Amino acid sequence: MPIITVDGYELEVKAGTNLLDALLSRNIDVPYFCWHPAMGSIGACRQCAVVQYANKDDDRGRIVMSCMTAVTEGAIFSVDTNNAVTFRESVIENLMLNHPHDCPVCEEGGECHLQDMTVMVGHRNRQYTGRKTTFRNQYLGPFIGHEMNRCITCYRCTRFYQDYAGGHDLNAFGSRDRVFFGRAESGVLENEFAGNLIEVCPTGVFTDKTLSKNYTRKWDLQSAPTVCTGCSLGCNTYTSERYGELRRVHNRYNQEVNGYFLCDRGRFGSGYVDSPKRIRQAGMLNAAGLYDVVSKDSAIEHVRSMLANASKIKGIGSPRASLESNQSLRDLVGEDNYCSGMTNTEREMHAVILDVLRSDLNSPSMSEVENFDAVLVLGEDVTNHAPRLALSIRQATRNKSLKLAAETQLSEWQDAAVRELAQNQRSPLIVVTPMTDRLDEIASQSLRMSFGDITKLTQGLIDALTSDVSGEKQRAGSSESNEVVRGIIETLLAAERPLIVSGTSVGSPELLKRAANLAAALKQHKKTAGIFLCASEVNSLGVCLIDNHHSLESILDEAPEVVIVLENDLSLRLGHRFDSWIAKMPRLIAVDHLDHLTTSKADIVLPAATDPECEGSYINTEGRAQRSMAVFKPAGNIAASYHWLDALRDVTRVPSEIRAALANQFSELQVLDDAAPDEKFRDAGGKQPRMTHRSSGRTAMYADISVHEPKQPIDEDSAMAFSMEGNQNRSPSALRAYTWTPGWNSNQSIHKFQIEVNGSDVAANPPSFVFSDSESFCHYPRGNISNNVLIPQFHIFGSDELSAFSDELSQRVPLPYLRIRSEDAQRLGLTKDDGVMCDQVKKSTPLRIIIDDDLPVDCMVYPKIAELFELNGLDNASFVRIDGWHSPPAIITSDRTN
Amino acid sequence: MTLTPLTQNIHPDRGPTGIVEYEGNGGYLAVRDTLANLNPSEVLELIKEANLRGRGGAGFPTGMKWSFVPPDNHSGHRYLVANADEMEPGTFKDRLILEFDPHQLIEGMILSAYTISANIGYIFIRAEYHTAIRRLRQAIDEAKARHYLGTRILGSEFSFELHVHVSAGRYICGEETALLNSLEGKRATPRAKPPFPQVSGLWGRPTIVNNVETLCNIPHIVARGADWFKSLGKGVDAGTKLFGASGRVKHPGCWELPMGTSIREILEQHAGGMQDGYQFKGLLPGGASTDFLVSEHLDVAMEYESIMKAGSRMGTGTMIILDDRTCPVGMIANLEKFFARESCGFCTPCREGLPWVQQLLEGIEAGRGSVQDIEILERQSRFIGAIGNTHCAHAPGAIEPLVSGLKYFRDDFDAHIRNQRCHFKSGDA
Repeated sequence: MPIITVDGYELEVKAGTNLLDALLSRNIDVPYFCWHPAMGSIGACRQCAVVQYANKDDDRGRIVMSCMTAVTEGAIFSVDTNNAVTFRESVIENLMLNHPHDCPVCEEGGECHLQDMTVMVGHRNRQYTGRKTTFRNQYLGPFIGHEMNRCITCYRCTRFYQDYAGGHDLNAFGSRDRVFFGRAESGVLENEFAGNLIEVCPTGVFTDKTLSKNYTRKWDLQSAPTVCTGCSLGCNTYTSERYGELRRVHNRYNQEVNGYFLCDRGRFGSGYVDSPKRIRQAGMLNAAGLYDVVSKDSAIEHVRSMLANASKIKGIGSPRASLESNQSLRDLVGEDNYCSGMTNTEREMHAVILDVLRSDLNSPSMSEVENFDAVLVLGEDVTNHAPRLALSIRQATRNKSLKLAAETQLSEWQDAAVRELAQNQRSPLIVVTPMTDRLDEIASQSLRMSFGDITKLTQGLIDALTSDVSGEKQRAGSSESNEVVRGIIETLLAAERPLIVSGTSVGSPELLKRAANLAAALKQHKKTAGIFLCASEVNSLGVCLIDNHHSLESILDEAPEVVIVLENDLSLRLGHRFDSWIAKMPRLIAVDHLDHLTTSKADIVLPAATDPECEGSYINTEGRAQRSMAVFKPAGNIAASYHWLDALRDVTRVPSEIRAALANQFSELQVLDDAAPDEKFRDAGGKQPRMTHRSSGRTAMYADISVHEPKQPIDEDSAMAFSMEGNQNRSPSALRAYTWTPGWNSNQSIHKFQIEVNGSDVAANPPSFVFSDSESFCHYPRGNISNNVLIPQFHIFGSDELSAFSDELSQRVPLPYLRIRSEDAQRLGLTKDDGVMCDQVKKSTPLRIIIDDDLPVDCMVYPKIAELFELNGLDNASFVRIDGWHSPPAIITSDRTN
Repeated sequence: MTLTPLTQNIHPDRGPTGIVEYEGNGGYLAVRDTLANLNPSEVLELIKEANLRGRGGAGFPTGMKWSFVPPDNHSGHRYLVANADEMEPGTFKDRLILEFDPHQLIEGMILSAYTISANIGYIFIRAEYHTAIRRLRQAIDEAKARHYLGTRILGSEFSFELHVHVSAGRYICGEETALLNSLEGKRATPRAKPPFPQVSGLWGRPTIVNNVETLCNIPHIVARGADWFKSLGKGVDAGTKLFGASGRVKHPGCWELPMGTSIREILEQHAGGMQDGYQFKGLLPGGASTDFLVSEHLDVAMEYESIMKAGSRMGTGTMIILDDRTCPVGMIANLEKFFARESCGFCTPCREGLPWVQQLLEGIEAGRGSVQDIEILERQSRFIGAIGNTHCAHAPGAIEPLVSGLKYFRDDFDAHIRNQRCHFKSGDA
């Protein structure tokens, strides 16, 4: 660790880093714009200038950019010397020439890095009297607003969008003081990670439209640390509320999981909380088939009597509900009558993931994925099914360039230089999927195969690896496929750390099993080999773990008298079987948030709190237990599912008591309590605040209703308070509602909460992994390989249960389509843009025909969206042409996939 | 022995020198000789020995620049780029060679490429030089036909392909790393150094970018030796240089003269002195991005160190003469307008700083200036002016005429502000 001198003080700093990183890591403030902890340095803004002295006798020194200067033993710098201070002031002065000073009407105001840096350098007097450059703004889609006049040309947006996330449609145009950052023409930003521009932009050029439509300043938001429930990765988020409505979702740094970035489903997909379809009161189905609103007590009374009169009561849990809610249901109906709400196939797939996590196979965290230098994706549509992982895989392909850089004595953080050196050279990424994949563009090899063939290929790889070990001859096969197998094996073995990626979007337990076998076989050759399997939903692994008995089908087969369904739309799981199942169910009680096909069939509906409205524990696909805190107390009769279910048996428990029950029954779940402090935690005698200390107008918020300030709701479930009292700077990270430190109002303040830049949180709970990787992996025996003809394609927007209920996100859900090969189209007498209907389905939605000859032979693809749930599981579906059908015009043309 | 090797084949009244005439005058002999008898390191030693310095503006020793290219490990392409993007205001020296003796550049590039083991060459040329582009392409075809270009040139092991790339046209493309980005089809933004292009240049591969005039010296040094080359210069710098003069001189033009020729000699003997009725007031010695020199510097020798000592830079060696009836404020405002427009927009001091300077200067020239404007100009000059403050040398170069203008012509600035008008415009200077 080199020792450098900064303003006369000796500092020991990280070796191999740049000075800016080193200074921020040592808590020395240096203003900056273009540098980003995850994206390194380019030296564009010149804001982080300091003076470097050649030696002790040098008293003049020279201006250097701290982000572009390596720390070397004995180097002498000054941050505070006049030269440097004046220069940094000049940078702000010049950046401000064309800035509109529209802070009072800017959405960034109050959490603006540009404001913070301006205050930090102390520049106040503006002497510029000229005209300001102005731009035309663009429509960038339903998520992101554009206000180019605020731009300070730091190039962070294009660096994130193009270089980091692989987007193509955001560019820098023009030159001099008229550089324009936008699209070639107005239209939706295509990249799945575009929302990060909101946080990456140091000022208010890219703003969150979902927040803007109902805007609140950061300091007026009530927030809590939450876990995204959009997929199985469990990215960490801050969710914020005002006036009882969810206002926005921001990234919450977790070094091991999502780092600094989220996907757009996670960021913009929480609108279901305030959806018009939200169930806000308990309801009972009346004779006319409509719901009567009933009071909480009466609802409970009715359910209790229904349960008392039945002998066969079954509880259907949910992989998108918290462990607490599932356990509460389990306690209510009894372990033998509870099921996780997953189908046979889902259970079998997730059981494989549990086995892998419990085994000695190397299962990396999402951020560790970035360190693997060869990735083989088997079947999984990563970008659409576990989107944030795709961003990590993109970084993994950069390992080649980092290696080249090291050979050229170039530091990793010299971002532009490393990219220029490596150009298109990437670490190998092999994508084996049935459909064209978003990762194809950076893949060294893309193979289009049916899931059956992918399974066979995986077996071929296992055979090749194991026969190598035993010295046996390879099995006979076509020379072409042997060639492919040999090529992949060579790639995997040539890497220092090869990674196998698969997941449940393939819908094939057999493929997952063989992917696990392959990882085990590879590990025989490469100790460092890893496997990352993506589960389906935020708590799939959690519910899989507590349900040892039943699948959804087997529970329903037992002809129950009363079924309680927890936060689960069974139509999406049962697909075409849903109608017949639901008809067989005599009594249905639903505890849920939204009006969907299942709740609409229920006899009694209990309004459940959504995930930002109640505390909950989830186990992500890495086997990591995480706690999501309640952001606000929902109005009306809405309560956490676990409180409803506990109330049905006249019990009152706080979540930690439910977790204790879980830990009692499942020793692996003892770590649940480590994920965050429980409700008894106090700092200096107080709870942790959800509101900022600057929160304004709280006393007047409901003055139009009553001039008396209402008592703040009390949170008995957690150690957080619906209050501004307390010190969030000292909160454990799992209870920290937002990041803020004096002088750092924007999300850039995160470095103040990191041990060092890009390090772990200073107040992080240790990672609580549910599964110890102690068991040695047992190879799965070979099972039957099945091959579906009709394949659902996952879409980042629309394929999960909840996010499509968000106004903005629903605009990005694809219109129904059927993707077929041209020979199939010919056989069926179909051409591009024809409309077809599935004739096995009652009220089939028309599907637009897309011809796609990249599909494997005998495959047809439809989008996995709620509208088409009936196609789910329907193999050998037949489609008929609708005469005279025209595809409906898209609301926003470029919005719709294909 | 000729004293003007670079222009020996140039006869502006006759059109370009074709390959037959070029060979007849001893052209391509150096290539034949080198490929047969010298290895690359011997050529490199020769160039180092000859003390050839870059003619594009910075004057970096060519041999040293080449020596930073890592040894060829046959891992991929290596590039040589001729920087023919001659866009410095007042500069028209490379054009002379490009239009009238294209084979000289081609021969220089073959020899240079051989020295650094480059297998692909580009001539990066500004689009406005359409005559030169046409003639270069024709000359390349001629050279290919005689097997001076292509695979296994003249039966040797050495192969070299040469392409003409026509620039889309930005001043900043003349900066060698911005040129490389532009050549790759990217935004013409300069790159951070290190890494230098010698290590990671075009498409991440070892690359040398040299000025046209620099490359044209190579065949002569190879043919006649380092000592001959050094003997051409009058002072410490070796060889000849294309010098030029524009402005209100009697005979503006471009001449090949020994390094170390004095400014006075160039102005009086070659440019014919000032036009009648005009007096010399100052000059930019090497294009628009160099500091003004004034009458006290007329006896300074045009060589790198001497001009540096006098407070300016050799630059391209083509002078712009300021006379006593032209407004220096207007001249500088015009130059800064150019430089502000040509900023690539990457770093703050250049992107935002130059347009402000331009606005202030135009205000002063238009009679709207204030004393405070001078303070801001001085502050902006310090902000923009030092290498290291900015990402590349564009803005520090751009600000040189302003810094030196404020020093030498301060009275003119003050008069503009005092009188709230430009005293040159009304003719009462």
